[in-house]
Amino acid sequence: MTIGSIPLRYKVEIDPDQCMLCGRCVENCSYGVFRKDSDAIRVNSRNCVACHRCTAFCPRDAISIYEKPTDYRSHPVWTREVRENIFNQAKTGKIILAGMGNALPYPIIFDRLVLDACQVTNPSIDPLREPMELRTYLGKKPSSLSLKESPTGDVELLTKLSPNLQIETPIMVGHMSYGAISLNAQTALAKAVSRIGTFMGTGEGGLHESLYPYQKNMIVQVASGRFGVDINYLERGAAIEIKIGQGAKPGIGGHLPGEKVCADVSCTRMIPEGSDAISPAPHHDIYSIEDLKQLVRGLKEATEWKKPVFVKIAAVHNSAAIAAGIARSSADAVVIDGFRGGTGAAPRVFRDHVGIPIEAAVASVDAKLRQQGIRNKVSIIASGGIRESADVAKIICLGADAVYIGTSALVAMGCRVCGTCYRGQCAWGIATQKPELTMRLDPDIESVQVENLIQGWTLELAELMGAAGINSIESLRGNRDRLRGYMLDEGLLNVLDVKTVGA
Amino acid sequence: MTTSVRIDAKDLHYTSLNQQIRAAIAAGAKEIVIDNVLGQRFIGDGIRGEGVTLTINGVPGGDLAMFMSGPTIIVHGNADHAPGNTMDKGSIIIHGSAGDAVAHSMRGGRVYVRDNIGYRGGIHMKQYTDKRPILVVGGAARAFLGEYMAGGLLIVLGLTGIPPLEERGVGSGIHGGEIFVRGMVDKNNLGVGAQQMPATEEQKTMIKPIIEDFARTFGIDPTRLLLSDYSRISPASARPFANKYTWE
Repeated sequence: MTIGSIPLRYKVEIDPDQCMLCGRCVENCSYGVFRKDSDAIRVNSRNCVACHRCTAFCPRDAISIYEKPTDYRSHPVWTREVRENIFNQAKTGKIILAGMGNALPYPIIFDRLVLDACQVTNPSIDPLREPMELRTYLGKKPSSLSLKESPTGDVELLTKLSPNLQIETPIMVGHMSYGAISLNAQTALAKAVSRIGTFMGTGEGGLHESLYPYQKNMIVQVASGRFGVDINYLERGAAIEIKIGQGAKPGIGGHLPGEKVCADVSCTRMIPEGSDAISPAPHHDIYSIEDLKQLVRGLKEATEWKKPVFVKIAAVHNSAAIAAGIARSSADAVVIDGFRGGTGAAPRVFRDHVGIPIEAAVASVDAKLRQQGIRNKVSIIASGGIRESADVAKIICLGADAVYIGTSALVAMGCRVCGTCYRGQCAWGIATQKPELTMRLDPDIESVQVENLIQGWTLELAELMGAAGINSIESLRGNRDRLRGYMLDEGLLNVLDVKTVGA
Repeated sequence: MTTSVRIDAKDLHYTSLNQQIRAAIAAGAKEIVIDNVLGQRFIGDGIRGEGVTLTINGVPGGDLAMFMSGPTIIVHGNADHAPGNTMDKGSIIIHGSAGDAVAHSMRGGRVYVRDNIGYRGGIHMKQYTDKRPILVVGGAARAFLGEYMAGGLLIVLGLTGIPPLEERGVGSGIHGGEIFVRGMVDKNNLGVGAQQMPATEEQKTMIKPIIEDFARTFGIDPTRLLLSDYSRISPASARPFANKYTWE
């Protein structure tokens, strides 16, 4: 008995009254859904991934896409997804690969936290009229300052300051490598962050030559595969980030499949064309917190202690203790990637089941560092599932200095979160290396959209702060009094160190 | 400016030592001799300089010549873990033994170790176009030699009186590059994804100049090395994980 074909995921319909047979859907669909006949557009719904490229370019709104057109017998335990995963593995015996972030309906803590606003006693501030300080410095801060006053009254700073990154808004773009996304997508992000005065990560894919003009806004990543890493690369970056783990797949490495390693990706990563790029689970030289310190210092020594070094970990059960070790390693910032973090490809079982939410991880890391009196030694960068400005405000209240956005920035370039990045067929030209697809993405236009998004969030953040009577981001940071938990349990309220609504 | 500089590393922190090395190279030094080295890590980390030679008298600490691009480092003594870590160009010549993860992720240049090395030697070495890293070990290597190897050339000669490769995991996860060993490796010690064949005459001719250079460097007579039989360990596939996944 065979399993047979499983029900359609999406059903594509064309309204014949609206369709004018222009064929734009045929041209735009990279998954082969549409075919043009003399009298009609024919549809193969099974190929559809719901990326909406066709609907976005249909001039007559003739296309409709329906999710799950065929019902299974409903059952709260044996869901459609559970059954389809079993079918898949019964047929193949393999690990199921999935894209984007965690797809299980865990409650979202952000949506159970509410922000405060001033009424009467402590007046709110109008950001139109008053300056709002959103500028943030990432890196070590001295625990004390030593000053010398000269007879003329000038004051000289004797304390040696560590290099910091100056960002004009606490929103940066996270690490998405060339290979995972296209060069046009990276270029759009690079143009956006350099105009805004913030930073983006290169991911573990090296830095393409054409991005050198934006290097002062790039954070270069060193991960376990060491792809594209040489001394020139380290010196080009404004900061260096050691990637230990990733929220979408904590504890495992990454495999860029050979078919995505085209000539240009190959030269940026410095590996042969068509070979798998394997990033192993651990760094080969890091087996302890002392070894991590060794790599942090190795990178600092290589760049003559001129650049901040960040360490990125996935949010896991003992993130707080790990972060305390990182803070003592000479690192300048710890990046915590929550379990909703996106990815081009991850085993489904990891994406959906491993790691913890960013909200709880940041709150516990911030608390641990303060308890130990070492919060000034590192900045905290939160990433993984930051969807809007309210999330930014809330995570800063829980102790973060800044955030990385990934998926949100891709959505600003057209991504519809269809979650099939791993196929390399992205119709939006983002998660693909096929020239006919990447050319669809114009870095000049897309960069404006990414810039608009960050600009919009920054304006909203300033408004939220003003409403709370706060005119500096530093007064928002770790300010849990400006948060209340709504329908959160006592255990979680304790971890977040937040009171319940009404208290 | 003289082209020869001597640095006394006694009680010197590695950062100060590296600052002195960088200053000497910037001032045009071609021969830099460092005496009394005792465990300083990161010596030569990220330095550049064609035609620059650093001679280290003593025992350098971990990550010697990390990210180095160009110079030659000669060590009169043993070296700690990961000499040549992510090294780009240049040479390291160790008149002694070295620790674990020698030549880790090395992408170009040469590392010669006269005696033995520790675990995971040549791990994740990789090559790209004309960049082809070479690690030659005069003696023996411990387990997981050439693990995750993605490119380059690794030769183990077994000259220190113990079998060159007697432990497990040789070439575990190897997906590029090649390992030559004098004699055969017990097939039970081969790692997942590695395959072993006797080296052909053509392959032996390819490694001959490297073995001769190694022998010349350490004053060894190459004759018996060139007459020996070698085995070649190479990837069974360039795509070791290609069949592990299915789409959602």
